[in-house]
Amino acid sequence: MPYFLIFIAIIVIMGFYFVSVYNSLIKLKNAVKNAWSQIDVQLKRRHDLIPNLIETVKGYMIHERQTMENITKYRSQAMDANTVGEKSAAEGLLSGALGQLRIQVENYPDLKANQNFLALQEELTSTENKISFSRQAYNDQVLFFNNKIQMFPSNIIAGMFNFNVEEFFEIENKAEKEVPKVSFS
Amino acid sequence: MWELIESNKRKSIIVFIGMGILLILIGYVFGNYFVQRYSGSDNGGLFGILAALVLWAILSLVGYFAGSKILLSVSGAQEVSQDMHPQLFNVVEEMRIAASLPAMPKVYIIPETAPNAFATGIKPENSAIAVTAGLLGKLNRDELQGVVAHEMSHILNRDILLMTFAGTMLGAISLMSEVFTRSLWFGGGSRYKSKSSDKDGQAQIIFMILSIILAIIGPIMAQLLYFAISRKREYLADATAVRLSRYPEGLASALEKISNTNQDFKAANKVTAPMYIVNPLKHNGMKLSDITSTHPPISERIRILRSIQNGANLLNYQQAFDKVKNKKSNLIPNSGLKDSLVIPFRQALTNIQTDEKSIQTKAESKREVGDLIMNLNDYKIIDCSCGIRIKLSPNYKKDSVICPRCKRNHKLKS
Repeated sequence: MPYFLIFIAIIVIMGFYFVSVYNSLIKLKNAVKNAWSQIDVQLKRRHDLIPNLIETVKGYMIHERQTMENITKYRSQAMDANTVGEKSAAEGLLSGALGQLRIQVENYPDLKANQNFLALQEELTSTENKISFSRQAYNDQVLFFNNKIQMFPSNIIAGMFNFNVEEFFEIENKAEKEVPKVSFS
Repeated sequence: MWELIESNKRKSIIVFIGMGILLILIGYVFGNYFVQRYSGSDNGGLFGILAALVLWAILSLVGYFAGSKILLSVSGAQEVSQDMHPQLFNVVEEMRIAASLPAMPKVYIIPETAPNAFATGIKPENSAIAVTAGLLGKLNRDELQGVVAHEMSHILNRDILLMTFAGTMLGAISLMSEVFTRSLWFGGGSRYKSKSSDKDGQAQIIFMILSIILAIIGPIMAQLLYFAISRKREYLADATAVRLSRYPEGLASALEKISNTNQDFKAANKVTAPMYIVNPLKHNGMKLSDITSTHPPISERIRILRSIQNGANLLNYQQAFDKVKNKKSNLIPNSGLKDSLVIPFRQALTNIQTDEKSIQTKAESKREVGDLIMNLNDYKIIDCSCGIRIKLSPNYKKDSVICPRCKRNHKLKS
């Protein structure tokens, strides 16, 4: 009889443990989803800003047609992308092209004095920053989630319910990967 | 990373208890003296402790519910909309995203030329960040981001809650000892000896002397404890700011610029000082590590920020901190270091050569700050196409204005 009770107790405790692990997995998965939607909002915002930017810049930057064509092309590619991996790649190209534009703008003092352009540039800069910060927040969440579903014993429960490893959102941007040297001036 | 909040609380609580003991001691002495003086009973101590706690509770309630409103209105801060300063707004939102806070803090600008900033709000949901017009005029985007990240860290780490309760405790202690010492000064002890024998009188005199010593030393001790908490929170906020903005140089050069000005910020005092990014009251002698300061020396904060290597993680800040201070420390509790993710640095946005804030002349920068302050005070600013800038006071009631140089007529939007 006591053995039977102990057996029951073990089953109950395991049941509770099981439920709590399952719940924490769900919670983490939702956090990942939420972080992703934050990125998505910002990406969409960037896509919306680009036609406006091209319109403003077009009149001034007559020699940089190639850059502008690239921006338009990558934008539509990025808007068509579906998976996290595809999006990472397309948005990376778009970021690169916009960065190039930013460098070229330096050659057009008239454009730099244009109030409309300045306001637009601030919006674009901010959107890029927001993408970068929400990407960091998303990757943090993905790391927590992936750790949980790969580590023992939660990996057993994750396996039973088909929790899969989430992809990191990495934008190929060489400059961002390099550790900048800090100057002591 | 956010376990940092929990662990921080525990450490600060120890200091907090120290202040609590001081409060109780002062209360005891206070009660003993007054009750004995007016009714001759010897059991005043308990009453005094009760009075001290009630006083603290009342101050805390006021601080909790109205503290941030009081702080904002005393400093003259005005809430601004996005159109007034889009960049500031954007930077605040970027840092909110980085901190994953659920709600956007309100944004305030203080019409002051001294560069400084502070954050208020007991809960992240009703927090606010205020910066001075002088700060906006001096800093470029990256630097502004560093400052906002620091303020966001105070909100994120719940520093404001802690400093409110510690600050009100300091207030209660100071108030009680002030009343006590003053009444000794003016009241004397005449009524006091009437029914006691000589031996009792001697004991009383010794007790009296001890009380006076406590009344004098107590507030000083409480202040030192308060400042100790404050300094530690500043380092932690710097560490968190680096994690959020991923660009330590931004905050470092902002601190450098701020410390190079020697304007006092009028609307601050010793109790509200910990909320500001740099000590608003003291602008020189930053080299000495001073135990009576609410902030660590700026030069040291800058040196730590500039020796951060390998990434923007909290651990990287801790390593830089140890290197500069030349000792092993546990500034950041282990549970806060658990997130092992390597956080890469971000690239600077502002190119130093083309940064308008560094090529700007002093006069231009002054004008920008002046315009911003006028704008806050409901002045209308009209740029005429002949190059002149017309500033109209809010008392100007006509619906059009004629440019004094080119005589062009400008219609005013009401």
